[in-house]
Amino acid sequence: MSLSVTTMTEPVRGRFGEFGGRFVPESLVPACAEVEEGFRDAWSDPLFRSELDELLTVYAGRPTPLTPARNLSVQLGITLLLKREDLAHTGSHKINNVLGQALLARRMGRTRLIAETGAGQHGVATATAAALLGLRATIYMGERDIERQRLNVFRMTTLGAEVVPVTSGSRTLKDATNEAMRAWVADVEGSHFLLGSVGGPHPYPWMVREFQRVIGDEARRQSPAVPDVVVACVGGGSNAAGTFAGFADTGARLVGVEAYGGAAINRGSPGVVHGTRSLVLQDDDGQIAEAESIAAGLDYPGVGPEHAHLASIGRADYRTVTDDEVVAAVGRLARSEGIICALESAHAVAWVLRAAGTPDLPSGSTVVLTLSGRGDKDMATLAGGAA
Amino acid sequence: MRKMLIPYVTGGVTDNWTDHLLALQEGGADAIEVGLPFSDPMLDGVTIQRASDQALARGVTVASIMDDLARVREQVRVPLIAFTYANLVFRRGPAAFCRLLADAGISGLIVPDLPIDEAAAVRAAAADAGVDLILLVAPATPDDRLREIAAHSSRFIYAISRMDTTGERATLAEAAAPLVARVRAFTSLPVTLGFGISGPAQAAEAGRAGDGVVVASALMRRVLDWGATPEDLRHEVAALRAALDALEVSADRTAYAEVSGHRT
Ligand SMILES: Cc1ncc(COP(=O)(O)O)c(C=O)c1O
Repeated sequence: MSLSVTTMTEPVRGRFGEFGGRFVPESLVPACAEVEEGFRDAWSDPLFRSELDELLTVYAGRPTPLTPARNLSVQLGITLLLKREDLAHTGSHKINNVLGQALLARRMGRTRLIAETGAGQHGVATATAAALLGLRATIYMGERDIERQRLNVFRMTTLGAEVVPVTSGSRTLKDATNEAMRAWVADVEGSHFLLGSVGGPHPYPWMVREFQRVIGDEARRQSPAVPDVVVACVGGGSNAAGTFAGFADTGARLVGVEAYGGAAINRGSPGVVHGTRSLVLQDDDGQIAEAESIAAGLDYPGVGPEHAHLASIGRADYRTVTDDEVVAAVGRLARSEGIICALESAHAVAWVLRAAGTPDLPSGSTVVLTLSGRGDKDMATLAGGAA
Repeated sequence: MRKMLIPYVTGGVTDNWTDHLLALQEGGADAIEVGLPFSDPMLDGVTIQRASDQALARGVTVASIMDDLARVREQVRVPLIAFTYANLVFRRGPAAFCRLLADAGISGLIVPDLPIDEAAAVRAAAADAGVDLILLVAPATPDDRLREIAAHSSRFIYAISRMDTTGERATLAEAAAPLVARVRAFTSLPVTLGFGISGPAQAAEAGRAGDGVVVASALMRRVLDWGATPEDLRHEVAALRAALDALEVSADRTAYAEVSGHRT
C-alpha cells in the first residue's frame, strides 16, 4: 500500500492531514511549545530512551506476552493473538505513556503531574508514576465516573494522589479534561499536563502515540508473520494508535472499534475540542454532545486527530459495537480463555466475535488484538446488572 | 484619554438578557462583550461556566441570540463584541459565522482558543465581513509572539491579566502592568485588561495600567446568584465607570500641573 509508508511518522507542523493543530488559549501556547521541544529532545536522547526502556522492563513488566487465544481461535475459525496490556503494571496500557511523560516532566523540571481520567486507569497509572518518581499528582475525574469506578479512586488516593471531582457538564471524561487544562493554565511553570490519550494540542497526539508505539513494535516482533488484521478499541485512541504504529508500514488491515455511544469517527463530524481539530460528536451549533458508553474509558465524544486522518485516507477502518455486545464479549473471553478483560478492551473482542467468518473478517484470518486492560475495575458495573 | 469599559453578558443567560445588555450600555459601557455559550469553555472559570450551562439549558442557540439582538438593535449604540470558542466558528464555517455576526450588528470577535498560529482562516473571514478579530496576549507570551500578535490585531489588544481562567480575584495580578508595558513596545493600539477584575477598585488599578478593562464574572455572578435586575447591573457598571473616570480627572490634573509648571 503506497499510503502506508507516509503514515504514523512525525506530523508536519502538528497536522495529520486536515486534523490536529494546537487550538489552545494563548496562555498555553508557550507551554505546549516547551513540551514539544522537550519531547523531541528527549526522544532523540539515548539516555532518556534507555531509562524509559529500563522502567518499562523492570517496573512495568514489558514486554507483555502475545497470547494465542486457543479456544476462541478454534471456535471462530481464525487465528486470534492477544496482545496482553492487561498484564502491564497497573493493569492497562496507560502505564506506557505515563512513564514516558512522567520522565519527561521530571527532565523538564516539573514537580507536579496534572491528569484527567475516565475509567480511572490513566489516573492510577499517573498516580503510580508520580509515586515512583517523587512527583505530586492531581487527578481530575468526573463525578459520574467516580461513582462507577470507586475502586480506581481508592487506588489513586492510596498511591498518594489528590483526586478532584468534576461536577460540570456531563461529569465524565470530557469535563475532567476541561478541568485539567484549566488547572494547567494556572500552573504552567510547576506542572506537566499528562494527557492520557492521543487527543489534545500538538505535540500530545504525536508524543502519546510514540510512547504507546511499544505495544505495536513488540507485537510485530512477537507475531510469527505479518497478521491479516490488527484490531484495538478506540476511546481517545492511544492503545490503538500505539498498536497501529507497529504495523502501519505493512499490508495488515487496521481496525479500530468504537463504542456505539461514543463513535466520533463513525457518527461524528469535524470539530475543535480540547485543543485539537478532529472528529467529534456535536450538534448543529457546535455544542459537544455527551457520549454514552458502559465503558467509562470510551465515554468520550472525540477521538485523536490521527485516527480521523487514518479513517479519511482509508488506511484504517473503524467499526462500532453496542454495550450489550461488549458485556457478552467480556463473558465469552473469560469463559473461553480464562482472561477477564476491561469493558474498553472488550469492544475489540466484540467486533471479532461478530465479524469472524463474515467478509469483514474471513475464516482463516490471523488477527492481532490488543487487550488494553484487565477487568477488575469493572466487576462492580457488571455485577450491578450492566449499568 | 477616556478609559474603555467593556462589560460582558452571556447571551441568553436569562429571558430578559437583552435588558441586561442595554443596562450595561446605560451604565456607561464603551463596548459590550456578548458571550455565545459553548458546552466546553476551557478558559472559563466556574461563573462563566455556569452562565453558559444555564443559557444552553434554556435552549439558547447562536441563531436565537442573533434574533434577540436584532430585536434591540435600534437601541444599541455601543459596539458589540462576540466572545466564543473556536468550535462554534468552525462548525458554521468562518465565513458564514462572521457574516452572521455582522448581520446582527456585532463588530468584533474574540475566540480564546484560537491562537494566532491557527487564526488565518478566521482572520480573513472576519475581515471580509467587516468584523474585527481581537487577539489575546498572556503573561506567558514571549516578545516575538507579542510582536506578531500586535502586528495582526485590530481595534485593541486583549491582555489576559493573569495565568488563569476567567473569574473574580481579590487583587489585580502582578503580571498585568508589566504585560501592558511589554505590549506597548510593539503597538500603539489600546491595550485592554481582562480576567479577574471584580470591582471598581481593581478596575481603577487596571485602568491605570492599561487603556481599558473587561469585567465579566463579577457581573454574571450577580445575575446567577442574586438574580440581579438590569437596574442592579446598571448601578454596578456606573460604579466601574466612575472609578475609571476618576482616573481621567486626576490624570488631567497632573497634565495641567505639568503644563502650567506647577509640579504636584
Ligand atoms: C483499559 C482501557 N482501554 C482503553 C481505554 C481507552 O483509551 P484509548 O482509546 O486512548 O486507548 C482506556 C481508557 O481509560 C482503558 O482504561
